[in-house]
Amino acid sequence: MTTSTNHHHEEHDHLGSKMGMWLFIFTELFLFGGLFLVYAVFRAKYTEDFHHAAEELNVFIGTLNTVVLLISSMTVAMSITAIQKGDSGRAIRLLLMTIVLALVFMVNKYFEWGHKFEFKLYPGSPVLENLPKGELLFFGLYFMMTGLHALHVLVGCVLIGITIAQISKKKLNEHKYTFQENAGLYWHLVDFIWIFLFPLLYLVT
Amino acid sequence: MEKEHISSYWSHGVVLTILLALTALSVTMAEFHLGALSVAVALLVASVKGTTVLTYFMHLKHESTFFKAMVAGVFIVYALVIVFTFFDYLFR
Repeated sequence: MTTSTNHHHEEHDHLGSKMGMWLFIFTELFLFGGLFLVYAVFRAKYTEDFHHAAEELNVFIGTLNTVVLLISSMTVAMSITAIQKGDSGRAIRLLLMTIVLALVFMVNKYFEWGHKFEFKLYPGSPVLENLPKGELLFFGLYFMMTGLHALHVLVGCVLIGITIAQISKKKLNEHKYTFQENAGLYWHLVDFIWIFLFPLLYLVT
Repeated sequence: MEKEHISSYWSHGVVLTILLALTALSVTMAEFHLGALSVAVALLVASVKGTTVLTYFMHLKHESTFFKAMVAGVFIVYALVIVFTFFDYLFR
């Protein structure tokens, strides 16, 4: 007769959970990918207009936001290293830094969009509607894509906030940090999307 | 939970440095008037940055081949979507 060892089955499935997040990430890639495709086709159709409209965008703020998000990706990745090494305190500090950087991104976005609104450049404005077709399309895509991305930044902040709470309550530690890892993956996706948004909207003038 | 590979803090710092350098490159290249090539160059640099984030920050390098294959597959499918869309658009 075989002796049966009583394995305590974990309630969570680390690999399955990670797979789930990756599958969700694939859907997000197609979501933004679809928007990029719209951009690609209309850029091909209205090259001059896109070129002209893009000159309205502030490359400095765009670059600054890119740098901010890249650093935030590093801090969230470092937070995983910290939790794996059992350093919960450092993990929390790094996650807090990530949220701060995300908020810096949002503040920049606020000023950037605010500046556009000052010039009456917003979806549905009479100024925008009187622009050449291609330029109107460019701004529509600009607001849609950066807006949807900003929404994802906020969702990411919530996920990271929950992660911090879980670590504080000792529900996440070096033996179980799946939620943190998945929140980190989501955050890297947010950064990944911006890595492509930035050059296509700000740099191809 | 199985023993997972732990990336060092230092390695994350190196990856960030590479990403920042590529960002600087991207912004610099935008200054040159490359005409039709400018989109290709921008996308190329962005792709290298994106791959770096996927490989190191998202830990794909240390994941099983199955994950790597899934991610590669998704990008291939997406590339096909773009190609076929343009087959339609360009030859209407």
